[in-house]
Amino acid sequence: MDLKLRKPPESSSLSSSSRNLKPDMPFVQFDSASLDHGVPRDQSFSEVFPQFVNQSRGVYVPETVTKNDLVIDWNPRLMLINLSFLEQKIHQVQDVVRSIISQEGHAFDRGNELAVQQQLVTADLTYIIIQLISTAGTLLPNIKNALLSTDPAVDRPDSGMGMNTNLSSGGGQKLNEILPQEVAKSCEYDELIKDFNACVGEGGELIKGLNHAGDELSESMPIDDHDVKDYDDVMDGENLPPGSYEVLQLEKEEILAPHTHFCMICGKGFKRDANLRMHMRGHGDEYKTPAALAKPSKEASSVPSIIRRYSCPFVGCKRNKEHKKFQPLKTILCVKNHYKRSHCDKSYTCSRCKTKKFSVIADLKTHEKHCGRDKWNCSCGTTFSRKDKLFGHVALFQGHTPTIPIDDAKVSGTPDTAQSSEATNGMVGNVGFNFSGNSPNDGQSLDIKSAAYSQGYFSPMNFDACNFSGLDEFPRSVYEVSESPFSFLSTGSCSFMQRNGEN
Amino acid sequence: MAETVGNLCRKMHGGEGFDTLTLDLFSRAPSPAPCSYSKPAKRPRVDGAVTMGKDEDRQNPFDFLSEEILFLILDRLESEPLSKKSFSLVCRSFYTAESCHRRELTPLRSGLLPAALARYPSVEKVDLSLCPTVTDTVLFSVGNCLRSSLRSIDLSRSKGFSHAGIESVVENCANLVEMNLSNATDLSDAAAAAIGRARNLERLWLARCKLVTDMGIGCIAVGCQKLKLLCLKWCLGISDLGVALVAVKCKQLRNLNLSFTLVTGAGLEVVLQLPYLEDLALVGCLCIDDGSLLSLKHECKSLQVLNLSNSQPINHAGLSSLLNITVGLRQLNMAYCCMVTHSLTSSFRKLAKLQSVKLDGCEVTTAGLKTIANACVSLTELSLRKCSGVTDDGLSSIVMKNKGLTNLDITCCGNITDLSLANITSSCTSLITLQMESCTLVSKEGFRLIGQHCHLLEHLDLTDNELDDEGLKAFSGCHKLSILKIGICLKISDEGLIHIAKNCPKLRELDLYRSAGVKDAGIRAIAHGCPQLQITNLAYCTWITDASLRALSKCSDLNTLEIRGCPQVSSAGVIAIAVGCPKLTKLDIKKCYYVNDAAMLILARFSRNLHQINLSYCSITNVGLLALASVGCLQNMTILHLKGLTPNGLAAALLACGGLTKVKLNSSFKPLIPRPLLEHVEERGCVFQWIDKPFQVPFSSLVQETCT
Repeated sequence: MDLKLRKPPESSSLSSSSRNLKPDMPFVQFDSASLDHGVPRDQSFSEVFPQFVNQSRGVYVPETVTKNDLVIDWNPRLMLINLSFLEQKIHQVQDVVRSIISQEGHAFDRGNELAVQQQLVTADLTYIIIQLISTAGTLLPNIKNALLSTDPAVDRPDSGMGMNTNLSSGGGQKLNEILPQEVAKSCEYDELIKDFNACVGEGGELIKGLNHAGDELSESMPIDDHDVKDYDDVMDGENLPPGSYEVLQLEKEEILAPHTHFCMICGKGFKRDANLRMHMRGHGDEYKTPAALAKPSKEASSVPSIIRRYSCPFVGCKRNKEHKKFQPLKTILCVKNHYKRSHCDKSYTCSRCKTKKFSVIADLKTHEKHCGRDKWNCSCGTTFSRKDKLFGHVALFQGHTPTIPIDDAKVSGTPDTAQSSEATNGMVGNVGFNFSGNSPNDGQSLDIKSAAYSQGYFSPMNFDACNFSGLDEFPRSVYEVSESPFSFLSTGSCSFMQRNGEN
Repeated sequence: MAETVGNLCRKMHGGEGFDTLTLDLFSRAPSPAPCSYSKPAKRPRVDGAVTMGKDEDRQNPFDFLSEEILFLILDRLESEPLSKKSFSLVCRSFYTAESCHRRELTPLRSGLLPAALARYPSVEKVDLSLCPTVTDTVLFSVGNCLRSSLRSIDLSRSKGFSHAGIESVVENCANLVEMNLSNATDLSDAAAAAIGRARNLERLWLARCKLVTDMGIGCIAVGCQKLKLLCLKWCLGISDLGVALVAVKCKQLRNLNLSFTLVTGAGLEVVLQLPYLEDLALVGCLCIDDGSLLSLKHECKSLQVLNLSNSQPINHAGLSSLLNITVGLRQLNMAYCCMVTHSLTSSFRKLAKLQSVKLDGCEVTTAGLKTIANACVSLTELSLRKCSGVTDDGLSSIVMKNKGLTNLDITCCGNITDLSLANITSSCTSLITLQMESCTLVSKEGFRLIGQHCHLLEHLDLTDNELDDEGLKAFSGCHKLSILKIGICLKISDEGLIHIAKNCPKLRELDLYRSAGVKDAGIRAIAHGCPQLQITNLAYCTWITDASLRALSKCSDLNTLEIRGCPQVSSAGVIAIAVGCPKLTKLDIKKCYYVNDAAMLILARFSRNLHQINLSYCSITNVGLLALASVGCLQNMTILHLKGLTPNGLAAALLACGGLTKVKLNSSFKPLIPRPLLEHVEERGCVFQWIDKPFQVPFSSLVQETCT
């Protein structure tokens, strides 16, 4: 627990030792009440300690960003409860081990039982280790946050510290001194985990949330202003040869951060670089020059020739670069959505069915639009929310028929466009409007051929009744395609990009 | 007895005597309509001579004929509906025999169908395509009367029924095999679900049923597993899911039409796995693109006919991929598809059985055609209609290799010359159909070659060419010629026609549209030499007079006559046609300024089968039109610029003519006819087209005025 030493000088030892247990908390204090705040997002923790979650909920409400407010964020009670819980757990394991020892003498024939008990102990130990490490691990970014949030006016030496996003621009000389130090420490920390892994063996797979790998920290991680046009779905079909692209791995704190651009003067966070630039105008005339307001050119920040792909920080995930069949994520947005969906708590519950949970709010909205409308019914009584599922079911069983609801008989069916599958991805000579897979895992995408294609071919053929709605396969319908079949063609892909960005 | 039957049969077959009795079963004709009798036995007694009727019954020799013999006679009358009607009126036993014998019913009005069904209990096929409105009640009666004898029903041109009607037909008629519900644009999934209960259905047409969705087609797929033919043309509500389910469930499918649907490559992939699929139409499937075709793997050996017309997104790469897996292909239609190049046609090599290639409207390269020539040697049909880029070189290479070619269509191939024709005629001597409208570079020598070499020709289209009398004379050897289209051939005259008349006795169709050199003598010769003539177009042959029509009236099979813009024709000529040609169904006498009410009265009296008529610019008044309105079959009328027509007369005619489906009227009448009346007529299934064209002053009258 060397990390405790990295606490900021002004915070008390108590507060540092009982820092908030939520790994994703650090950036919360920048939350300008826009959205998401106050909702726990750490999956593993809230599952394990549900009782703590309730307690901790009230904690994340700071609106203003001051030094003093930081103390509120450090919840010593929570840490204490957590530690005592771990203590109990250790005692339990001790008991089990004792009983094994006591049985050893006279129970040779009960090999099976022994094996079970051994497994139990292993699992318990692994669990304890995970919890311990994750608890400790949260301290590292917390320190960074603390440093980050301090007002530069105070002229703290390490004011730029922890702002990975601003590493390139921010940070003074002190930063350079501190950073290697921290890296070194976190490397040790990482090795510690590795040792644990070696000891536990199979437990290695179980260790989740160990994303504080120090070596990643040393990498420069410019979260550059990702261009909306570049935003694309995770290309499942994309077969870039390994090594032909550069792999970046963001930390989970960065992934879960609501903001990625921070004001160097007041510390306010923004989702977009452009918004930050707009904000900066308020800090003085020097930020109002055309040069300051201009979009930073891409060439300056990165080498355009190198294809950049992203790795999920979650070890064992297919999207993690250590995975045998590693499939990179294409953009930061993909990383964000993937991480939230796959490795975070599903904290958004559908208000209608009260059962479906989502970690990405857009998914919830999409679901809520369709929830309760299980209108695809089979003659056997089974209902489906998606037409393709019903058809798969009907195709599978003999004698099962799709049933048409009585009230639906009169309703004019909107013709569904054929779902274009992966097969259409390889289109030749057509510009693919590859609509963002909101679910990178599914890789579902709708390929609408170019505008010329749609308009030129469809309109003379009197496809008046045809619109591109009813895409059941499609995870979200927020594009509002149904209202105007080709609206997206005129607005481009920016509109839904914004939506994604805000989620 | 045998002699009697023999005589009778001969009489029937020769069409003597009985043909003159022309009665219309379903109209309120001037003669008593037989369908109004519920029991045939009543008929003789209506006259009031009961005892005499009994005597007649006892003495009637026809009563001795057994039912089997009568059925045999009726079998021979199958192709002559008018004679069958006459037959049924001979006597009671004939009437009963005809009632029991009839298998097919094509009513003109659905309203009278319940009565007709009572008379014909063993009808297997009900064709309602002449009834614009068919209500559910009619369908209820069809279901209740025919029960399991009904095997086929055609509702493709009808509106006004709902899923309830279909449900009743399906529920009652367990043996239903064929159903045509095309153009039922307001039919919903509920109707499709009802169809799904027809377990024995084998052929189903759902063209333009735009409201049927995947759910509906899913019900059909699950229910009708014996389907062999399915037409889903223009079913825009159906996507890959529905099509895929059809392909999974209906394994017996032979014939599938997915034209103008939104099916994509994914759906096509499943369809191509159908084990017996023979005929696949993918016309205008714009969602199928090259990329999806490239991924097709499963070989579809059974496929024989493939139609890919109007599929713009497909290029040669996708097409070759598709052709690679359909090696058993016999007919390929790629009209208006993509450019026909070497790389495209080289994929034809794998199609060893290919017999028919249609490349209508494609851009063609010489190299592409030469590759076809190298790849295919057993072609019997080739269509290069409206292709651009067809050269002598390319065409010659194909015809030289494919000596068995029987059908060749080179319409509008403007670049080909006599050289091509020399090659065609020398190698393809077995040509049966040759269509080469507007091949402007071909000289009269070229046409002479055709006549000299291709003696098997049956269908020849030489419209808009340099053909002259010498060329027609060369066709003297084509004794089998049945369709001859020589419109806009300004150089032909009576002399040439006389050669045709002498040597082509089987001519059924003659088109002389705007071949202005033709006069009465030529037509008279044709009418005399070609008694089987059925369709004649003499439009704008301005020299034609009543004499021609009088001659044509000897062709009793004539069913279509177009004499538009023949100003010298008068009522006398039309009367002659009306009397001589009882089968007349289509008549165009537009701009025959001297045709008046007299002609209409006779036409109404004799041409009881008239379906379509164009009367524009004639001298017809209310009287003539009202008379015409009594023709029960009349469906399609064009009435523009009739000087003597008043709104009241028109209204009366519209009301009287119950079977109308389409009427073209001058828009000036629109405000003058009562709105409720128009609505009523529209409700009966009639569509009005309001034309706003100014009156054209007849050219000939101007000429005459200046002459006098």
